[in-house]
Amino acid sequence: MTRLLFAVSALAIAASPAFARDQIRIVGSSTVYPFTTAVAEAFGKSSGMKTPVVESTGTGGGLKLFCEGAGEDTPDIANASRPIKKSEFETCQKNGVTDIVELKVGFDGLTVATSVADSDISLTKQQLFLALAKQVPDKDGKLIDNPNKMWSDIDASLPATKIEVLGPPPTSGTRDSFAELVMEAGALKFESIAALKKSDPKAFEAVWKTMRTDGAYVEAGENDNLIVQKLEANPDALGIFGFSFLEENAGKIKPVKIEGQVPTFETIASGDYKVARPLFIYVKKQHVGQVPGIAEFVAEYTSAKAIGEEGYLADKGLIPLPADAAKESADTAKNLTALTADKVM
Amino acid sequence: MNNASLIKKRYAAERRFRAFGFGAIVVTAAFLAFLLFDLVSKAIPAIIVNEAMLSIQVDPELVDKANPVAGDYLGMTKKALAQHFPDMSSRADRKALNGLLSAGAADVLQSRVLADPSLIGQSITVPVALNSNADLFLRGMDDGQLSDKQKELLGAMTEKGLIIKGFAWNFLLNGDSREPELAGIKGALIGSVFTILVTLSLALPLGVAAALYLEEFAVKNWITDAIEININNLAAVPSIIFGLLGLAVFLNVFGIPRSTPLVGGLVLSLLVLPTIIIASRAAIKSVPPSIKEAALGVGASHVQAVFHHVLPLAVPGILTGTILGVARALGETAPLLMIGMIAFIVDVPHGLTDAATVLPVQVYLWSDLPEAAFQSRTAAAIILLLIVLFAFNALAIYLRKRFERRW
Repeated sequence: MTRLLFAVSALAIAASPAFARDQIRIVGSSTVYPFTTAVAEAFGKSSGMKTPVVESTGTGGGLKLFCEGAGEDTPDIANASRPIKKSEFETCQKNGVTDIVELKVGFDGLTVATSVADSDISLTKQQLFLALAKQVPDKDGKLIDNPNKMWSDIDASLPATKIEVLGPPPTSGTRDSFAELVMEAGALKFESIAALKKSDPKAFEAVWKTMRTDGAYVEAGENDNLIVQKLEANPDALGIFGFSFLEENAGKIKPVKIEGQVPTFETIASGDYKVARPLFIYVKKQHVGQVPGIAEFVAEYTSAKAIGEEGYLADKGLIPLPADAAKESADTAKNLTALTADKVM
Repeated sequence: MNNASLIKKRYAAERRFRAFGFGAIVVTAAFLAFLLFDLVSKAIPAIIVNEAMLSIQVDPELVDKANPVAGDYLGMTKKALAQHFPDMSSRADRKALNGLLSAGAADVLQSRVLADPSLIGQSITVPVALNSNADLFLRGMDDGQLSDKQKELLGAMTEKGLIIKGFAWNFLLNGDSREPELAGIKGALIGSVFTILVTLSLALPLGVAAALYLEEFAVKNWITDAIEININNLAAVPSIIFGLLGLAVFLNVFGIPRSTPLVGGLVLSLLVLPTIIIASRAAIKSVPPSIKEAALGVGASHVQAVFHHVLPLAVPGILTGTILGVARALGETAPLLMIGMIAFIVDVPHGLTDAATVLPVQVYLWSDLPEAAFQSRTAAAIILLLIVLFAFNALAIYLRKRFERRW
């Protein structure tokens, strides 16, 4: 039977230019998943076409599938919580995925939060680095194993409670972003580490990427809801997760100020709250017209109805783009402007 | 030491052992009871929901008799709700009011009108789904998503007697959705049924045939020994490996469409095949050899002896093994990740090659969503999965009793 199927599908591809598949296939980031699924559902309801299938594979896994080639059995769209990497772009080109459209759809704020029962605290990126990195510089700038046990060890103004931060494991995109946006920035505040960046970039990377393993940083799994539940049970602990979880659980947890800024819709959108990352979708232009509905789906995604300030994705916790960036996305979606190699980092 | 004290010691040891055994049962039962209690109490909001009972005028201007599908049913519903609050006229007030309704608020109305177009122009009273945030608030669980104004409105609606509690048909009759109050388990349930059908129809005949051949016909030499060892090893291979195999073989070589019950069933059949072979071999082995020898003695051929006498007697054991294997397949998520069944799928599958997901995957996906209301859907989906597994095990016990023969 399988051989027969194979033969039939091979015949179908050879016989007609359009694919036999009439349902859009989307893969990629679990952070973008809650938003893309909402658009997919709205698109399915309003267009009368089949609702796209959205897989949650992680950004890296999704782009790998996306770049496998152009054809019926490859996905049409990839969700990503970071821009496509040069290596991924090259793989895509090599496999014949030559026209990729990059659409920025919004921001996701990374928040550090605590139980509502805890007192308000405010942290800097530098303090978070000192609390969570495996190795920190001592007074002379020499790297030593992290000696800080209490928040007050880092700064006398902080409470004298044990450092305990619940966060995602290394496989998570949230963890990557947290390391880049908080740990790297915090590490660079130290002259000795800034010097290390110039002299030995590899060693520098190890310093900000390596979280401590002595119990102060607890890997709590990929499921952000679990972290929320653990924070409720343990008011002294802090947790790291995406902004939408903070919003949806406002009755249980509250944000910690970072660099004096509380993460809110407004502060993330305006760029005042710095711990935020852009979210993307990548569209395989070669599939437009082969699978019905891709152009319409992308138009729906970039419409004000979806990603605008009052759009339904804002209700789901997506931080809207500034007006000019939103217009740029909508234009790119309309013209399906392909990504060029010089734009990829 | 005298005899009496020795006896006393022996009795004491026996009592201790009984106490330990009893204690173990009590602890296990307590854990199970706690788990079930936790699940059921969490699942209630997904099963019984708060709805608004509204009398809605089916406005002929908003719905065309010739084409009732395209009517603006949500508009009528919003209008009917606004009539109860005539002083809420500003745009912001209207928005607050409409924000209490679900995106699928008009679903029941629409299906009633589609079923009976003569209702157009009349006024009917239908249940209207509320937003999950409003539902949670009415249960005393404030998730911080409603404005004070909306909370007041909900209070007023309760006073007016507009709020009723109803069974959440959406949960049983809908596919997946990103709105908790609309999300349903039907897609995953049907997906599980299709997947298991494929698994069973492949694994059962293959497994039984392999077991019969190995046990009754194969020559005993080092090759059959090696096969036996390999089958036993396969039963212990982590399930994700089967997913990788499925990706490499079924998807990439044979080109079977991704995310379909067909490929899911193929992968899971590989997963349960060793279990079925091992259970079937044990069942065949336990049939007394005298029965087969008697058949051979009266002139039956080897094949006749096996198919007329050995296999029927081995059926209870084979079925038990099969059903336990299928129950395991029903709870698997890991191998399905590789073949694209961990996905958001709204449309309920109609065939083996439609995109589908399965029950445990639905549990996993819902547990990871930020909306608080999805936690109750997660618990309800787990309960449904447990019920299905329970039914499978009950079936195994029934079939064993039904076909069991003693001699």
